Amino acid sequence: MTQTEFLNIVMPFKDKVFRLAKRLLVSTEEAEDATQEVLIKLWNNKSKFEQYKNVEAFSMTMTKNFCLDKLKSKQAQNLKIVHSNYQDHNVSLQKEVELKDSMDWVGRIIADLPEQQKMVIQLRDIEQYELDEICDMLDMNNTAVRVALSRARKTIREKLTNTHSYGIK
Amino acid sequence: MVLNNIEKLLEKYENGETTLKEEQQLKNYFSQETVAPHLEMYKPMFAYFSVNQQEQFTKDVPLKTRRIFDYKWISVAAVAVLMIGFYFKSNTKNDLGTYQDPQMAYNEVVKSLAMISNQFNKGVSTVGYLDEMNKGTATLGYLNTIENTRNIIFKPVK
Repeated sequence: MTQTEFLNIVMPFKDKVFRLAKRLLVSTEEAEDATQEVLIKLWNNKSKFEQYKNVEAFSMTMTKNFCLDKLKSKQAQNLKIVHSNYQDHNVSLQKEVELKDSMDWVGRIIADLPEQQKMVIQLRDIEQYELDEICDMLDMNNTAVRVALSRARKTIREKLTNTHSYGIK
Repeated sequence: MVLNNIEKLLEKYENGETTLKEEQQLKNYFSQETVAPHLEMYKPMFAYFSVNQQEQFTKDVPLKTRRIFDYKWISVAAVAVLMIGFYFKSNTKNDLGTYQDPQMAYNEVVKSLAMISNQFNKGVSTVGYLDEMNKGTATLGYLNTIENTRNIIFKPVK
C-alpha cells in the first residue's frame, strides 16, 4: 500500500480520532500526540488492513484504548493533565466580555462526566455515529450504549438547567 | 416546526432513542435565533456539539516508509561475489614457463625424479623399524610356553 492510498483511507476520519482523543485527554497537545501515535500504528500495520472489517471503527477503538492507557499512566504518575489550553482564545476573550459563555459550560460539564459517557456523547452527538458503530468501537452492547448516552444527556441537561436558572434568579 | 414535536423529540433524545435524523432536526431547531424560552438551556448544548464537530487535526504525521531488510538479497550478493571471484581466478596466468631444449628438460626431469626416489627411500628406511616390533611380538610368544607348563602342573578346570 502506498502512502497516498493510506492517506486516502485515513484522512476522512483522522479529525474524529483527534477529537475523541481531545475529549478524553483534554489538552490539545496530548490529543495531537495521541492521534499521531494512532496513525503511525495504523501505518505500521497497514498490511493487515484487509483483515479489518471497518478501519475507521478499528481506529476509534485503538484511540479509545490508547487514551485510556495514557490516562491511567498519568494517574499512576500522579500527574494532572494541564488544562491551560482547554479553551481556545476566541472563546476566552468572548467569555471575558460576556462573563459567562454557556458553550464553555457544556464543555466543562462533559469533562466532568465519566470516561465512558464522555466517549459515547462524543461519538454520538458530535461525530454522529450510528449506535451499532459505537457498540463496535467501544466494545459495549447496544443497551449499555443507550443507557450511557441517556445518562450523559440527562446530566448535561440538568446541569445546564441549573446554570441557566442561576443566571436568571 | 411544531413545538410539541420538538418536546417529544427531546424526551426521546434524553432516553437515547432518537435516530440520527431526528437528532439533526433537533440541532436545526436549536440553531435558530429564537427558541421557546423554557427550552433555552438546550441551545448551548447543541451549539457546542456543532462547533466541536469542526475541530480539525492539523499536525503532520511522519510516515516512515519502513523498509524491511530482505535477507534473500544477501544470498544473491554472496553468489555474485563468488562468481566474480572465480572469474578473476581463472583469468590469472598459471604459466610457469617451459624448457625449449629437450636435453635440458630431460636432465631436469631426471634430477627431480632422483630427488623423489631419495626422499622415498629415506621414508622406507624409517618404516624399517617396524621389524623390531615383529621381533617383540615373537618374544611375547614365549608366554605361551609358560602357559603350557602351567597346564602340565595344574589340571585345567573344565
